[in-house]
Amino acid sequence: MSNKILSVRGLSRIHGEQCPLCISSTGPEHDTNMCPHCGSVVAAHDVNFDLYRGEILGIIGESGSGKSSTVKMLYFDEEPTAGSATFYDGDVQHDMFALNAAQQRSMRNKRFGMVYQNPHLGLNFQISAGGNIAERLLMSDLRHYEEIRTRAGDLLARTEVSRARMDKNPKTFSGGMQQRVQIAKALATQPPLLYLDEVTTGLDLSVQAAILDLILEIQHELGTAMIVVTHDLGVIRLLAGRTLVMKHGRVIESGLTDQILEDPQHAYTQRLVASAL
Amino acid sequence: MNAHYELPLEDAGYSFGFLDEYAKKEVRRCILKAIAIPGYQTPYASREMPMGRGFGTGGLQLTLSLIGADDTLKVIDQGSDDSVNAVNLRQFVQLTCPGVAVTEKTQEATLIQSRHRIPEKMLKEEQILVLQVPYPDALVVVEPSEARRKVMHGEADYSRLLVKLYEDVVRFDEITISHRYPTRINGHYVIDPSPIPRWDVPRLHQSPALVLLGAGREKKIYAVPPYTVAEPLVFDDIAFRVEDFRDANGKRIACRCCGSVVSFLDELIDDAGNVTHQCSDSSYCEEQQETISARKQA
Repeated sequence: MSNKILSVRGLSRIHGEQCPLCISSTGPEHDTNMCPHCGSVVAAHDVNFDLYRGEILGIIGESGSGKSSTVKMLYFDEEPTAGSATFYDGDVQHDMFALNAAQQRSMRNKRFGMVYQNPHLGLNFQISAGGNIAERLLMSDLRHYEEIRTRAGDLLARTEVSRARMDKNPKTFSGGMQQRVQIAKALATQPPLLYLDEVTTGLDLSVQAAILDLILEIQHELGTAMIVVTHDLGVIRLLAGRTLVMKHGRVIESGLTDQILEDPQHAYTQRLVASAL
Repeated sequence: MNAHYELPLEDAGYSFGFLDEYAKKEVRRCILKAIAIPGYQTPYASREMPMGRGFGTGGLQLTLSLIGADDTLKVIDQGSDDSVNAVNLRQFVQLTCPGVAVTEKTQEATLIQSRHRIPEKMLKEEQILVLQVPYPDALVVVEPSEARRKVMHGEADYSRLLVKLYEDVVRFDEITISHRYPTRINGHYVIDPSPIPRWDVPRLHQSPALVLLGAGREKKIYAVPPYTVAEPLVFDDIAFRVEDFRDANGKRIACRCCGSVVSFLDELIDDAGNVTHQCSDSSYCEEQQETISARKQA
């Protein structure tokens, strides 16, 4: 059996009316992702990669490079204009974009996890931290109250949120703690694939380090495959085994993270690495 | 129900049952759809009625669409046959449906229109219970968008409602919903069973009578067909509980009129602040009293 969990081919997303010149007149060589002929924005074009079980893949790039769009499409937040993605769930292969809306929602709720940069997108601030995790567990048809409590408490403890704060509203938590609750919520259904979209942006350095350690621990412990989107080379260096570098909606370089950081081939990647170092 | 009826065009400006025959036919068609898909909120063209929305126009349209000259009608409001709302609705039906008999006795009625209660006496297969509904969608408390609620209903995704129950248990150690308890019908759709108390929810389960629920303002009809599974939404390890009416000593409070200890009670507070309890279902209470006095005479 292949160890592959996700296979993405030719994934593209264009906002606006498309014209035949959209692709040829945008990209890193034109230094824009906006088509000068029709004004469409090529958010992502021809993104290809494979992800394996337990692997962390990094996607790095500046704002507007298409890294978040790629993850949003794979999490069914956005619809691609072209391309395919195959999710390998055990022995079953799912052509993700051929599924109907109900099947996509089910996959998103039960097989994927997502941690957003903004906790307001990932958490419900009307209910307790435990309630947020309970929601995910209830979605996966668990109906036993005490079991839900135990599992929510365990998940929060695992992400270093005290059980004593389980019944408190997350709006009373610090930013780092809100991110940890988000991670606990995303892990509630033990998804084989987790998306992390700029999870450490906006947090101070010590909290960032704690969150990154936690992500690594979870990966080692549960073997969860992850796609980490960031513009921070430090995050990529620490977490990702392989990395895609994106600019103006195109993947301009991909390979082992060490290789990219030590021997960048593309001029943009060289500037990125040089500026970080 | 009314095959041989002729419109009294010479006598009145409107037809039998106030609504025109086409309107009644459309409502009946929606009722059939609601019965075919238990718990599904069927949209219908709710008509303007000569009373304000919120006074039972949804239930009334169901009643007027179903009633025939050979029917016997009972109208109750919070269990009482004598409240202003019940009397007004009953008079309206009598006015617009000449020949229809009315009754206060549950077992004599073929059609029962009710607000906030299901009669204490077990209903029969020949009877239809019409409930007036203010808010038909149980999900409205967790999701404001109707489009998203429809998707949630379609996929039977009630996790957010269950989170609400979870939060209740966390904060208060029990589910605090007193009325409009979300109830799953036939294993799929969760309905708002109108503001009936929790006491009445188990009566929906495998009810021999057809239960129809109509929301006039929200333009929805839904149904619990006879002998259908109706389960209140609960956790596996927290049982559904109805009101128990126990005093400080743990003793079941009895009705002050008939002495019943098995009925749903209304709490009454007099000017002196004394608290007494009385059966909410006035017909049931009177019947109990008659039985007791008959026994005494014998």
